[in-house]
Amino acid sequence: MSAPQQQTGAEQLDLATQRELATFIEQEQTKAKLQATIHDMTSMCWDKCVTSSIGARFSKSEGTCLLNCVDRFLDTSKYLVKHLEERRG
Amino acid sequence: MSFLSRGSSTPLTPAETQQRKEQVMNEVRSQLAVANAQELINKMGDKCFVKCITKPGDSLSPSEEGCIARCTERYLEAFNVISKQYVARVGREREAAATAAGGLGGEGLN
Repeated sequence: MSAPQQQTGAEQLDLATQRELATFIEQEQTKAKLQATIHDMTSMCWDKCVTSSIGARFSKSEGTCLLNCVDRFLDTSKYLVKHLEERRG
Repeated sequence: MSFLSRGSSTPLTPAETQQRKEQVMNEVRSQLAVANAQELINKMGDKCFVKCITKPGDSLSPSEEGCIARCTERYLEAFNVISKQYVARVGREREAAATAAGGLGGEGLN
């Protein structure tokens, strides 16, 4: 990726296209953030739920744990905010 | 930015503009895909090393290799399961928020 060449490329684009690209890149950044969140959550929930040796498939309890893990994590952050707001007010 | 483009070559034709735009988009998409795959592989490596190589020996044993193979499958499965669950939940919350904002006082109920 040669930077100068890319710069020339961007400059030659009309304003509407530049805007369109800016919007596109913002969307991709949102996607990247979502992916990062899912990576973090997978790591966390793996540690919590996959506690026995690795089988050919997840046990029923491991599968349920993974699903619950996501929802309880989100509940936790929601509750935490609510609790802090109540304490403050 | 306009002062930089002064003296640059003639403006692009619409077809060239379109082509360059798609180039940039594809470049961004593929960079994101690569970064995502790398992150997955790194995490998988960490988790499966911890799970499968409990006492590092002279070389990987067949059973350790088997464990790594199963572990990578399971990790990928976990990633997909969690991704689906997370996206579904966020979608529900967003819908609930929209309903609450549109109607009267549905706040906190979903």
